[in-house]
Amino acid sequence: MSAQPSLRSVSGAARTKDVAFRIAMLLCLTLSALVLGMLIFDVMRDGLPKLNSALVSNFPSSQSARAGLQPALFGTIWIIAVCLVFIVPVGVATAVYLEEYADASKWWNRLIEVNIQNLAAIPSIVYGILGLAFLVRGPISLGRVVLAGGLTLGLLVLPVVIISGREAIRAVPPSIREGSMALGATQWQTIWKQVLPASIPGVATGVILALSRAIGETAPLIVVGAATFITFNPSGVVGDGAGFSALPIQIYSWISQPQDEFKQLAAAGIVLLLGVLAIMNGAAIYLRNKYENKW
Amino acid sequence: MEAASPPAATLEASRTLVLGASRRRTGEAGIRALLFCAALLSVLTTVGIVFSLSKETIAFFGDVGVGKFLTGTEWSPLFADPKFGVLPLISGTLLVTAIAIVVAIPLGLGTAIYLAEYARPRTRKILKPMIELLAGVPTIVFGYFALTYFTPTVLNGLLGLDVPVFNALSGGIVMGFMVLPTVASISEDALSAVPHSLREGAFGLGANKLQVSLRVVVPAALSGIVAAVVLGVSRAIGETMIVLIAAGQQPNLTFDPRESVETITTFIAATAKGDIASGSTAYKTIFAVGMTLFLMTLAMNAIAIRFVRRYRQVYE
Repeated sequence: MSAQPSLRSVSGAARTKDVAFRIAMLLCLTLSALVLGMLIFDVMRDGLPKLNSALVSNFPSSQSARAGLQPALFGTIWIIAVCLVFIVPVGVATAVYLEEYADASKWWNRLIEVNIQNLAAIPSIVYGILGLAFLVRGPISLGRVVLAGGLTLGLLVLPVVIISGREAIRAVPPSIREGSMALGATQWQTIWKQVLPASIPGVATGVILALSRAIGETAPLIVVGAATFITFNPSGVVGDGAGFSALPIQIYSWISQPQDEFKQLAAAGIVLLLGVLAIMNGAAIYLRNKYENKW
Repeated sequence: MEAASPPAATLEASRTLVLGASRRRTGEAGIRALLFCAALLSVLTTVGIVFSLSKETIAFFGDVGVGKFLTGTEWSPLFADPKFGVLPLISGTLLVTAIAIVVAIPLGLGTAIYLAEYARPRTRKILKPMIELLAGVPTIVFGYFALTYFTPTVLNGLLGLDVPVFNALSGGIVMGFMVLPTVASISEDALSAVPHSLREGAFGLGANKLQVSLRVVVPAALSGIVAAVVLGVSRAIGETMIVLIAAGQQPNLTFDPRESVETITTFIAATAKGDIASGSTAYKTIFAVGMTLFLMTLAMNAIAIRFVRRYRQVYE
């Protein structure tokens, strides 16, 4: 720590306090870093020995030596695909509406905004209940299928896409819109041909972050009925072949087993999950940095 | 865009331009309506949540009295002789949340003050992503960590505590680290929103960095900090996987952190996992308990939004 000018003129006691406070804050940071480090160390130590091709290619089994997570991996890919197809159009459309069209003095537009803020803070398991009551059973009655899981997670992460989409759209300077309008383009032409292309990096970052949240979500999938023991990969989004598991569900199922071998499998699954998340977050950070401050 | 060709700006062309524009305007209104529908979906989500929760909750209260639910001290809805007292679940939830918040407030605030007031830009650039990294770890990973490392190695080993495999303490502390990024980043926003003139004024009066941070900046950002803590509480109440894995699933009316507890979220996940029949009391129980959870977090969020608004109004 370099001495700040303010420190030179104060009394010894105040200075001691200041130093003590700095140390306390650094301890806070160190403790957080330490826990993060321990967490990664713990998972790596348990999981790396089991992280091999058999883990990815085998199906779940009651014998730990033969157990793998292939259906869970495919389940996650299917769910995330459904989620992506759902959140991109709906999220971007909502963001465009709120930024470009909505008149904030109208109560219904304010309601939509407050509502999105609230949705972002509803516990994920409540979305699971919504999925169970509306998509799996109830009015839509899809059953425990990929589509129900994907849409439930889609609804859960939609606020992330909307909020980051709005920020990206807001970051496009008004001069771009004015220029386009002055050339005779309508409002929608301006949005479609100027504003949206300019905001793609920001929107893409938000979508990647939303998906990386969806990949790790476990609780809502438990509630909508992801299977923990499944011997086939999903073959569609609805119907008989669309039962599914997912990576975090498989990990949870293995954690719940009493034997240590299954805990190691769980750790290997976690390493895989964290690896995927690291790649996705890396991509998001890369996009954000590459296209930042373009204007 | 045929209309935007200035060289042919005859009277004829300008008429087609006007006609073209008005023709496009009908399409514009359609697009606007479509976008509005997409925005409406988020409102429908809330309506769907409230509707599905209330419908089954009302049915549940037809089977079990409201009084029995809210004041009963025994929770065993799936037993042959079912008891529907929700207090053990609420006490379990509050116990774990309290532990998490006791961990998250000092660490989160310390981190936020350091980032906002002390850290140099370069240090900030390294530290902020680290906090975000912690926020990006799926909760199931925290659960694994609490069960396989924190309880045996830290609590039993390092601290020598005599706690069982499943206990509220381990789940709560690890959850504190999950909540920490929420508390830290919202508090930091609030601290950074305090105008520089306040700090400069205090420095001008001879205050040192510590006095400026703790007596000027923190009080000025207090409403934002309260919002951060309240949102942290809300996240802790709603968190499922850490407690499902590490805190056990024992409905237990206790405030002893060493014991195994069941939270509201744990009960929902554990019950929904088994394939229970629609319309059975067990099925309705999920919704009644879910409603309780929803209302608790809704109250927290409403308070937080209030406080956030207050600091935004003052400084922005």
